[in-house]
Amino acid sequence: MADLFDLLIGKEGDKDYKKKPVIVQGITGKFGSFHTQQMLAYGTNIVAGVTPGKGGQKIEGVPIYENMKDAVGATGAKISIIFVPARYFLSAAVEALDAGIKLLVAIPEHVPVKDALTIVDLAKKNDAIVVGPNTPGVIIPGIIKIGIMPASPFKPGNIAVISRSGTLMYEVSHNLTLANFGQSICFGIGGDPINGAPLIQAFDTIRDGANIDGVVVVGEIGGDAEEMLAQHIIDTKFDKPVVAYIAGRAAPKEKRMGHAGAIIYGTYGSAESKVSMYAKANVPVAKRPAEVPMLLAGKLGKGRNK
Amino acid sequence: MRLLEYQAKELFAGYTIPTPQGLTSKDIEQGRKDAARLGFPFVIKAQMAVGGRGKAGAIQKCHNSDEFELKYPEIMQKVVKGEKTRAILLEKMADIKKELYLSLFLNRSKRCYTIIASAEGGVEIESVKNQIIREVGLGNVDSRTAEEVGKEMGLKDKALTQFVDILQKLSKITVEKEAELAEINPLAILKDDSLVALDGKMIIDDNAMFRHDELRKFQEVSELEERAEKSGFSLVELDGNIAVVGNGAGLVMSTLDMLSDNGGKPACFLDVGGGATTDTVYEALTLISKMKKVKGILVNLYGGIVKTTTVATAFIKAYDNKLIDVPVFARMSGAEADKSKEMLKGSRTKMFDTIEEAINAAVIEVNKNG
Repeated sequence: MADLFDLLIGKEGDKDYKKKPVIVQGITGKFGSFHTQQMLAYGTNIVAGVTPGKGGQKIEGVPIYENMKDAVGATGAKISIIFVPARYFLSAAVEALDAGIKLLVAIPEHVPVKDALTIVDLAKKNDAIVVGPNTPGVIIPGIIKIGIMPASPFKPGNIAVISRSGTLMYEVSHNLTLANFGQSICFGIGGDPINGAPLIQAFDTIRDGANIDGVVVVGEIGGDAEEMLAQHIIDTKFDKPVVAYIAGRAAPKEKRMGHAGAIIYGTYGSAESKVSMYAKANVPVAKRPAEVPMLLAGKLGKGRNK
Repeated sequence: MRLLEYQAKELFAGYTIPTPQGLTSKDIEQGRKDAARLGFPFVIKAQMAVGGRGKAGAIQKCHNSDEFELKYPEIMQKVVKGEKTRAILLEKMADIKKELYLSLFLNRSKRCYTIIASAEGGVEIESVKNQIIREVGLGNVDSRTAEEVGKEMGLKDKALTQFVDILQKLSKITVEKEAELAEINPLAILKDDSLVALDGKMIIDDNAMFRHDELRKFQEVSELEERAEKSGFSLVELDGNIAVVGNGAGLVMSTLDMLSDNGGKPACFLDVGGGATTDTVYEALTLISKMKKVKGILVNLYGGIVKTTTVATAFIKAYDNKLIDVPVFARMSGAEADKSKEMLKGSRTKMFDTIEEAINAAVIEVNKNG
């Protein structure tokens, strides 16, 4: 699989080291243009945008192309972020992957399952990483922000945060920052039932990163991604500290709690099931976001995952 | 969207999956006409979006009109696991030899559709033994796979041929209607070795509804939930008395958990979403004001893209228009939080630095007021 840090930062000596070019799909929309401005302000190297019918124009100083093939051809970018409405997501994502994009950040919420599955298949064939859909994106604090997250909760450091929820990623990172735990990367996998990079895959893309002393996994009810991750941590003998948080303990069954993926059927997807699997993997679960830094400090104090 | 049994069966029938002869009514007058057309005996089945109806007495046999007059109103009044009866299906009884289990569902962890089948159906999926499991990509099932599954279940001759046909049709429905689950349990083998779908359960992908106008007639959302959807936020009504409002599904769920941990009872889950404006938050407050059970409002905001002042402005407008008359307990953090605190000073909104403090105050105050 493609290397996430290589795609996002590159290697020392590369001429675009820490300045990896990024394309914005749907750059002229209200949402797309606002976040282009925000990402530029953070220092993200946005080199092109795509909006059919507006090729040749510029927005925020960024040249607009008719399609992804032209935009990639002109810039050589391997990263793209999509802002189009959910019903146009499939065609935009296919266009990006066909044009050679290797890291696709899919912001839209309400993408149909069938379309998400189609993109998962195509990404596998193309050896590309898809973040989302329904994700706040990915940020390496101080270096690159590809997403809709505000800048203020994050600061550079050595803790990786992987989250199924957007605002909880901000909330937990904010709490970590206050406790002086900066972040090496914050990765929003998305709140849908089907993730381009599911929890385990997201975990594997960051686990061997150079600047990672510990991992915080922010989960929620629905599905069995946390259970599988816990087993994966055991199976692969991951020995850095891992701390988890799970939202939705008080949620009723068979009700979608805002996220398409946050739904319990019977015991499948329940918080109890996730907490008990985490216990087997020696991963403590915080009762509230503010407790995460305390648990992490406890884990780090003991050194390895003991 | 979860379809009721009769709705799922209506789809099945459209794809010529055999179902028993049945008629659906919403009141006893129509029910009597249906009974006359169908002829005794038959089964009276409560239509509700929940499993375990048989055990709860929401499905009963009916042999004559005296029984009918007693049982129809009784079943109409049934509540099972909090779900009310929404309609009644009268259905001809079948001469059952054996009950099978068959479903096709979106397997989240494998990221593909998966068949589950068993020769021992008729019980809830958790208790179905000897499950045969096959992953089938985007949900298409070819005749070879269907035949393999059928043979593994021990079916042969006429029953096998019919099973292959039904599984392929179920696959077609799943793909064409974009279902996350299509289940037939039980799929009955009758005395003459023919197969019939005695029950049906389907869950349609809500996000794909824009491609399925033909399914809109099955949609049943509360007026409040519908208004919420139109404004772009998510609302789930709950049983308690403290409305929980925030931005982001995860953050609101987290607030719900902490409130419950501290003895508070949430009245609703309301996520104003990432694109909230003063108008949408005002609309959210309007919806909350319509819920009579609400005795207090708990607000948890992480201001990022949505500025906390956007929300504070909506609250001030709501006070000006006398929309809210219950106390509000708010924690606002992030973008323009200090300005929001200043704006709401002296109003009925009490501001707190942490969500923990806001929750404590809300629980104490609401309990005090009963």
